[in-house]
Amino acid sequence: MKIVKINKKNWAEGLDSLAGSYSLSGPVKENGYHNFKKLNKGELPDFDFLNTKLSSKSFVFPQSEVMLEYSLDETADDHHIMKEVKKDYSKRAVVGMRPCDAKALMLVKMNFDTADYQDPYWLNAFNATTFVGLACDNPESTCFCTSAGCGPYHEDGLDVLLSDAGDHYIAKALTQKGEELLSAAKWQESADASVMDKKKAEAEAQIASTVKTDQLKKKATLDLHSASFWDDIAFACINCGTCTYACPTCWCFDIQDETKGNKGIRMKNWDTCMSPLFTLHTTGHNPRGDKTQRVRQRFMHKLKYFVDKYDKGIMCVGCGRCIRQCPVNIDIRSICDKMNRYEPAEQSE
Amino acid sequence: MNNPYLPYPVRIDDIEIATEDKSLRTFKFVFLNEGDEEKFAYKAGQFAELSIPGVGEIPIGIASSPVEKGFVKFTVFKAGKVTSHLHNMKVGDVMGLRGPLGNWYPWDKLEGKNVFIIGGGFAFTTLRSSIKYMLDPANRAKFGGIHMVYGARSPGMILYRDELIEWEKRDDINIHLTIDREAPNWDYHVGLGPNIAEKVGPPGNDDTYAIACGPPIMIKFTLPVLEKLGYAKDHIILSLENRMKCGIGMCGRCNIGRELVCKDGPVFTLEELNLTPKEY
Ligand SMILES: Cc1cc2nc3c(=O)[nH]c(=O)nc-3n(C[C@H](O)[C@H](O)[C@H](O)COP(=O)(O)OP(=O)(O)OC[C@H]3O[C@@H](n4cnc5c(N)ncnc54)[C@H](O)[C@@H]3O)c2cc1C
Ligand code: SF4
Ligand code: SF4
Ligand code: FES
Repeated sequence: MKIVKINKKNWAEGLDSLAGSYSLSGPVKENGYHNFKKLNKGELPDFDFLNTKLSSKSFVFPQSEVMLEYSLDETADDHHIMKEVKKDYSKRAVVGMRPCDAKALMLVKMNFDTADYQDPYWLNAFNATTFVGLACDNPESTCFCTSAGCGPYHEDGLDVLLSDAGDHYIAKALTQKGEELLSAAKWQESADASVMDKKKAEAEAQIASTVKTDQLKKKATLDLHSASFWDDIAFACINCGTCTYACPTCWCFDIQDETKGNKGIRMKNWDTCMSPLFTLHTTGHNPRGDKTQRVRQRFMHKLKYFVDKYDKGIMCVGCGRCIRQCPVNIDIRSICDKMNRYEPAEQSE
Repeated sequence: MNNPYLPYPVRIDDIEIATEDKSLRTFKFVFLNEGDEEKFAYKAGQFAELSIPGVGEIPIGIASSPVEKGFVKFTVFKAGKVTSHLHNMKVGDVMGLRGPLGNWYPWDKLEGKNVFIIGGGFAFTTLRSSIKYMLDPANRAKFGGIHMVYGARSPGMILYRDELIEWEKRDDINIHLTIDREAPNWDYHVGLGPNIAEKVGPPGNDDTYAIACGPPIMIKFTLPVLEKLGYAKDHIILSLENRMKCGIGMCGRCNIGRELVCKDGPVFTLEELNLTPKEY
C-alpha cells in the first residue's frame, strides 16, 4: 500500500478537501483534556495530546444510541409495533485516534459480528468510517501496549497510519478505504517507508511498562476464580465503573425504553459489570452481588474468559486509561501479573 | 443485515389463568405478519424475549411445542415491572416477540435414549414443550422410555394440569405428579419432588438422560438424588436463568465464565456447569 508525505503546510487544505466527501472527527481539547469531537468546517484536529480521556469506541458504540422507535397511540395503524429508526451511515472519518483504540475495535468486533448474529448499529457505523491513526512517539508511563498485543505503530483496525515527522506527516495507507481517503485529500507526494520503520522501532523501545500474559491460557478458570487475591484487589474499589466506560475494549450495554407522550424509543446504553443491577435477578438473588465478585468478573473477562474463548490474546490493548482514571489506583498490570503467575497451591499472595 | 433487536409483531390471542393463585398466566400469541411464524422456527428448550414497547423485554421459555402450529405460548409468573404489565394486558393487544433464542435440549443426542424429566414449581414451561414434542406421533418412536416427576405446592399450582392428567393415562409415558402436602381428592403422590424422584426414577445408565428444571432449592436436592440413581454428570441436563437483555450474546451480563447463558445456554449439562464459576 502507498506511503505518502504530507507537508504540514498542506494539512489544512487536505482536510478541507476531505470535508467535501467525509464528515470529519478528531481530538479536540476542551475543559483541560482531549476528546473526540465532530470537526466544524475549517477546524483542525489537535494532535497535542498523549491520549484522549475517553477512547474512540463511541464512533461505533455510542454511550447512548437509539435503536428502535414505537408509537403507543392506539389510533395509529402501527401502534405498539417496533420500527427501525432511519440512520445516517454516510461516509465519515476519524482523524487522529491512537493505534490502541483501533486494535480495540478489532477485539470488540468479535463480540458484535458473530456467525449467528450481527449488531447492525455497530457494524454499519464501523463500515461507514475510515479510521486514521496517529502513531505514538511519546508514550505515557501507563502505556503497556507492546505486551498487550498492540503497539505505538500498530496497524490492526486502522485504514491509515500517520506518523509525525516534524514539518511533515508520513501517512501509510493500510486498506482500500485508506487509499481512497489519501486520494480524496490529494496527498500524493511519495515518502520513504524506512523512516516510518525506524520511528516505529524507536517508539516501541520507549514503552517501559509491560505485563506478562503467557501463562493465562494454561491456568484453570476455576483455580483463578477461587484465587485468594480477589478480596485484596477489590478492597479499595468503589464500583464507580469509570474503568469500564473509559476502556476501549469494554462493550457491555443495557437496553431501555424511553417514552414521551405517545411516542417512544428503544435505546442501547453503555452499562458496567461494576454495577450490582447489571446481574440482579427479579427474585432478589444476585449472582455477582458482592463487590469482589464484580471486580473479579472484570479482570477474569479480560484476562481469562476472553483469552480462552477467542484465542486472540487478552481483551486489553494496554492503553492505560483504567489505570490513570481509577480514583483508587487499581492497576490492571499488577493484577494481570498476579493471575499469570498464580499457582493454586499458594495459599496467599 | 438482519436486525436481531427488532421483534416480530404479535397479537395476544388468548390468556389463561394457569394457577389457582393467579400468579401465572399462559399467553398465546399469533404473528401479525405472514412468514414470521416460519422464521420463528424453534426447538423445545429455547426461549424468546417478550417485548412490550415502552415497558421492556423479558426472557421467557417457550411453553408451546414445535409440533404445535399457528401460535406460540408462554407461561409467565408475575414478578416485577414487565411481567406485571403483561398480566394486565388483554386479548387483542399487540406487542413484540424476539427469538427464538439460546440452545435447546440436545434432541439429537436424546434420540434412542430414555428420558427422565424432573420439574418443580413453574419452571415447567420448556419441559411441557419437550414432552409434547416427544409424544407427537411423528417423534414418539425416536425415544425410549419417558419418565416424569413434577412437583408443585398444591394441586392448583400444577401448570398444564388437564393436559398432564390426560398424559398420565397414556401407556407410553410414565408420569408422577406430586404435591407438597395432602389435599382432598388428590390421587397422586404427596411429598417433595426430589424424594419422589428417588423412589420412582429410572436408574441412570449410558442410555438414560435426566432433564431437571426448577427453583434453585429443588435443583439442589435433586442432584444428589440423580447421583444416587447412577446418573453421570454428562447425563444430567439443566436449564439456567440469569438476568438478560440482548439474548444474543452481546450485552455481556448473563455470563458464567466464558459461557453466555443466553447464547451458549440456557441448557447445560452438569458436567459443563462444574467447569464454570457458579455465577447463576
Ligand atoms: C432463559 C430464561 C427463561 C425464563 N423463563 C421463564 C418462564 O417461562 N416463565 C417466567 O415466568 N419467567 C421466566 N424467566 C424469568 C423472567 O425472565 C423474569 O421473571 C422476568 O425477566 C422478570 O421481569 P420483570 O420485568 O417482571 O422484573 P423486574 O425485576 O421488574 O425487571 C425486569 C426489567 O426491568 C428493568 N428494570 C427493573 N428495575 C430496573 C432498575 N432499577 N434499573 C434499570 N432497569 C430496571 C430492566 O429492564 C429489567 O431487565 C426466565 C428467565 C430466563 C433467563
Ligand atoms: S475505576 Fe477503579 S474504583 Fe472505579 S470501578 Fe474501576 S477499579 Fe473500581
Ligand atoms: S483494560 Fe485498561 S489498559 Fe486495558 S484497554 Fe481497557 S482501559 Fe486500556
Ligand atoms: S443477555 Fe446479553 S449477553 Fe446474554
